[in-house]
Amino acid sequence: MSDTSALVILVAAVFTNNILLSNFLGMCSFIVCSNQIGTALGLGTAVTFVMTITTAINYAVNYGILMPLRLGHLQFIIFIAVIAAFVQFVEMVVERFSPKLYFALGIFLPLITVNCAILGASLFAVIRNYTFMQTVGYGFGAGAGWMVAIVLMAGLKQKMRYSDIPAPFEGVPAAMIITCVMAMAFMGFAGMVTIQ
Amino acid sequence: MADKNTCMTCGSSRGLCGGKGIATLKEGIWTNNPLAIQVLGICSTLAVTNKLSNSLVMGIALMFVTAGSNLFVSLLRKQIPHRIRMIAEVAIISAFVVVFDQFLKAYYWEMSKQLGPYVGLIITNCIVMGRAEAFALQNPPIVSIVDGLANGIGYALALAIIGFLRELLGSGQVVLAGLPLPLGSWYTPNQMMIIAPGAFFVFGILIAIFNVMKGGPAEENKK
Repeated sequence: MSDTSALVILVAAVFTNNILLSNFLGMCSFIVCSNQIGTALGLGTAVTFVMTITTAINYAVNYGILMPLRLGHLQFIIFIAVIAAFVQFVEMVVERFSPKLYFALGIFLPLITVNCAILGASLFAVIRNYTFMQTVGYGFGAGAGWMVAIVLMAGLKQKMRYSDIPAPFEGVPAAMIITCVMAMAFMGFAGMVTIQ
Repeated sequence: MADKNTCMTCGSSRGLCGGKGIATLKEGIWTNNPLAIQVLGICSTLAVTNKLSNSLVMGIALMFVTAGSNLFVSLLRKQIPHRIRMIAEVAIISAFVVVFDQFLKAYYWEMSKQLGPYVGLIITNCIVMGRAEAFALQNPPIVSIVDGLANGIGYALALAIIGFLRELLGSGQVVLAGLPLPLGSWYTPNQMMIIAPGAFFVFGILIAIFNVMKGGPAEENKK
């Protein structure tokens, strides 16, 4: 994997290997928080930011501390701890220095700790043996891809509000079917760039 | 996620924490199935259900982790300070996930490779966290284990159904314990079922069917 440029991985993570539409990560908040485009944008930005930084930190921790000490099996615990600590830290910094940004993004930050896409991106980067630049590219791309998906979903849901959906399909089932169609649409990008 | 869907609000109208013993069991498996009713933990659900065998292993993993973490959270419920309970829960849960992951790696390497990062992602599976938060923190250890097992079984069942359908429709046969059960030559396998869109589709239909069986959509699902 060392020969693929970080940029290619970034593009692939947004389109062909979208973390939500092809790896199914971050579904919980995708379903619950996709009712308004504004909310979706805010959450998407926060996810992209946190994901880019945490994948980088986790890369450093993994290859700098865990691997030399042969503590590979502690990966999960350390990664989730890094993510939780980082999110907490960002929350405090943002609250202290930019109350405006805090009100825009702050409410999303606690949600992010339990967003499986964040942990997933770190794990994928390790499993696929990415280099540091590739890891950062992947982290940013995966976050951006997630944001694209949730914003699209929010737009579709807003349009859908006035349509007549069969009663059993109301809510989550309809959202899943829409996601299915979206995933199929994104498969049109397949072949544009390829990773794994 | 401040919805009832997150099930972080205990003592909701459906009495999440009221049930004991058998009632708890039934609630976890059927009336309050974590996947079909609460729509929790779908993150890793959809990814591993392209095959029945994968789905079963994932179901067992979740059963083990939920029961184990519920037990320990429940045992420690009086010791854990309220403010840091989330971190404590996550630490307990990750410990169990690591145990299961190491077990898979040691004895079922092939399976471990197929499931990839999704075993680790059980940590962020909302079901595990949700049960620890909503049930184990308020209830004695034994009932908590039952609750963890019940939710695990409910999750495993739903997963098995999705996995079965996807493998059957996607490849025309279901392989169980190395034994292929073909659907017959009249059926042309639909590749879409194996890849991502199929997962969303089957899951959506499944919840809809569940809604019909329970008589109308669950009130939480209405936005």
